[in-house]
Amino acid sequence: MPTNMKAAVIVFPGSNCDRDMKVALEAVTGTDVIMHWHRDADLPDVDLIAVPGGFSYGDYLRAGAMAANSPVMRTVVERANKGVPVLGVCNGFQVLTEAGLLPGALMRNAGLKFVCRDVWLKVENTETPFTRDYAKDQVVRIPVAHHDGNYFADDETLNRLEGEGRVAFRYCDPAGAANDDANPNGSRHNIAGIVNEAGNVLGMMPHPERLADAALGGTDGKPMFDGLVAALH
Amino acid sequence: MKAKVHVTLKNGVLDPQGKAVQHSLAGLGFAGVNDVRQGKFIELDLDETDAAKARATVEAMCEKLLANTVIENYSVDIAEG
Repeated sequence: MPTNMKAAVIVFPGSNCDRDMKVALEAVTGTDVIMHWHRDADLPDVDLIAVPGGFSYGDYLRAGAMAANSPVMRTVVERANKGVPVLGVCNGFQVLTEAGLLPGALMRNAGLKFVCRDVWLKVENTETPFTRDYAKDQVVRIPVAHHDGNYFADDETLNRLEGEGRVAFRYCDPAGAANDDANPNGSRHNIAGIVNEAGNVLGMMPHPERLADAALGGTDGKPMFDGLVAALH
Repeated sequence: MKAKVHVTLKNGVLDPQGKAVQHSLAGLGFAGVNDVRQGKFIELDLDETDAAKARATVEAMCEKLLANTVIENYSVDIAEG
């Protein structure tokens, strides 16, 4: 059913999950998603901004560092600070940390290898527009595909994130236990995704847009997009 | 005027690449390597002729782009001449 929810996907040179994000969003909104090239003039007013996965600027210097300093990201930061929901997936998460919208940093995977496989995630916070259609502590299967997904933050930042319930997703085993064996990249506290203080910015390394249609082998990513429509429509 | 910037991971931040290099060196028979930390070296050629101003500018560049101060330290050397 068509909705009037307007979403934009920011496209950088080297983004490569931008079309997947568009397809996943359009499947639930029934409305064309704006593909916003990073150098285009004013970002239209939208209900949701998605920063997609990929390798913006070839990961030069640090993953996400160049994109985070592009003019369009100044606009994204302004909108986020006004409460517009911003979803960053994979490279998008790296961009959001580099832009200062989310704390911490994504470092080279502890095992040094590019990891491309499905992982299990425990949904820890269902009080956000991104996670409201999941159940608390639900275990979902979502793919990861990254070389720099090793979440690092200092102890003080981690304590704050944990204390404020800002860990949205944690790598876990199929039974929901977040242990070292279930951690694909060495992330501290098995963190796979976090939200900002206001709860309107989510960054996550796994790709919900890649499992949002049964034809792709699973639908565990779909509640995120359904939830966004329910929250923003 | 040239500026030389070293960007290194902060103490306490695990450096998996440094660890891998350390293990490879051991495998090649180089004994006694206690630790390896890997970083970046960036050389800048600047119009600025005042060393103090050049340093201030390059430090601003480090804070804004060249280093991620969540995980990295930086040091700046200004080469006169």
